Amino acid sequence: MLHNSMTEKQLYANIKSGGENSLFTTYEIIFQQLINGLIQGSFYALVALGFSMVYGIIKLINFAHGDIYMTGAFISFVAFSIIASFSEGVVGVVLAVIASMLLCAAIGFSIQRIAYKPLFDAPRLSLLITAVGVSLILQNTVMVITNGQFMFFHSAIDNMAGVRFGENIGISFLEIAMMLITAVLMIILTLFISKTMWGKAMRAISTDKDACRLMGINVSKVIGLTFMIGSALAAIAGGMAVIYYGQVHFFMGYIIGMKAFTAAVIGGIGSIPGAMVGGLLLGLLEAAGTQLIGSEWKDVFAFGILIAMLIFRPNGIFGKTTIERM
Amino acid sequence: MAEVILKVENLQAHYGKIAALDGISFEVGSDQIVTLLGSNGAGKSTTLKTISGLMSASAGKVTFFGEDITKLHSHEIVQRGMIHLPEGRRIFKDLTVLENLELGSFTLKDDAERKRRIKDVFDRFPRLGERQKQLGGTLSGGEQQMLAIGRGLMAKPKLLLMDEPSMGIAPLIVKDISNIIRKLHAEGTPILLVEQNSKMALGLADYGYVLDTGKIVLEGKGSDLINDENVTKAYLGVGES
Repeated sequence: MLHNSMTEKQLYANIKSGGENSLFTTYEIIFQQLINGLIQGSFYALVALGFSMVYGIIKLINFAHGDIYMTGAFISFVAFSIIASFSEGVVGVVLAVIASMLLCAAIGFSIQRIAYKPLFDAPRLSLLITAVGVSLILQNTVMVITNGQFMFFHSAIDNMAGVRFGENIGISFLEIAMMLITAVLMIILTLFISKTMWGKAMRAISTDKDACRLMGINVSKVIGLTFMIGSALAAIAGGMAVIYYGQVHFFMGYIIGMKAFTAAVIGGIGSIPGAMVGGLLLGLLEAAGTQLIGSEWKDVFAFGILIAMLIFRPNGIFGKTTIERM
Repeated sequence: MAEVILKVENLQAHYGKIAALDGISFEVGSDQIVTLLGSNGAGKSTTLKTISGLMSASAGKVTFFGEDITKLHSHEIVQRGMIHLPEGRRIFKDLTVLENLELGSFTLKDDAERKRRIKDVFDRFPRLGERQKQLGGTLSGGEQQMLAIGRGLMAKPKLLLMDEPSMGIAPLIVKDISNIIRKLHAEGTPILLVEQNSKMALGLADYGYVLDTGKIVLEGKGSDLINDENVTKAYLGVGES
């Protein structure tokens, strides 16, 4: 609060000392859009990670992944409405998201086992079409349950509570928590991928499955684990979205799936740091685009970036450029 | 030959409907280097892949230390101590040398033991120690082969299957590879060696089998086969190139 009032004083002084109103407003806008971009980017990054991990390991663009995010949001919603009877606050919300995370990990694993695994040796197109099918199944299941309606989420958490800097700008505790959670998840995932044997096996499988089998690695177990991690991350993003936006709809996974795919391509599909950076970058670019050319052009802007990326740098920011010798 | 550790009986394998192995039988003893020779497409690599479980056998039986392993998955066979170093080295190019070695001991739970084994590999191949932080893909062909062998040794193999270790290696380095194989054998690791370079292979092997279109057409002591001019001309392509 001290920090808060100091900032207010500084800003006040700024205005009083003849600082132009327009300059002040520009700061406000930049700050607010930065927050917006980082929040949106966190969602993109969390979903993009699953996209990229799965692509890296079995070369599948998992079109059902956005719907796992939606399923995660929906399960969080349902779980919370059960839990809310004894805990309406932060604890209840966290429990609901954890439940959703675990369930989605199980769902992701099952989808992989039932729908994708039998097709691993089939042409990639069969797998892609199956992914579209899985996506429709998830969407329609939730559509039937919710009657195609928006479901509204109310918890005891005050979304507006937070730190304010001046009259018009601020950051809510919820936003801070979401960014922190995203950062922590990314750090954990990075450590897992770089330090543990399973993480190393995951990276190795993306280059050579048979060689991995010959090291004694149970490849199908590692693929299953990849789906579980990716789905859990998407579920957390979905859960956070429910709390943040306060609503669930069966179609909400579609556009974020596309955006996360864009983020993965920007970062370099298959690359884990790429998905993180690509997600945050896309969020920020979108916020900038919204500010500059209007929010109705937001999606056009995002997909314009995708197209430009595919033309000029199809390998993405972290695309592989290793020198290979034979 | 001391104890027979690998016994292959009437092994058959197919690529779709095409027979790649048409009933192959041979044995490897605990103190041997055995080599499979033959021209391109004779079924040498297929034999190794079928034994190590990368391909499934359509008929026949593979016995390893008395256990029937024909139907086991690759990763289960690895746990039993049979290590297959595949053709083309197949190191993980995007992983560091150290990570490549670590993965070689994936089935090992004991981290201290893993470190000890890595040290052993670096003692054997100091070049790998110098380059442990480098990505596998940046190594030269000879170094990659050392890495592939080192990665195999990380699993403490009870039998090493080597597929064309001399392929794509500078002629000078081929001699080094031969010495490595000889040393491994002297230290007590039995080896099943597949080679196009039959001179090198027969120079190393105690016993050899010659394959032609999925069948064993000839077998004998290494020294006998290498001196049989008809054999070398007809099946091994020595003298042609």
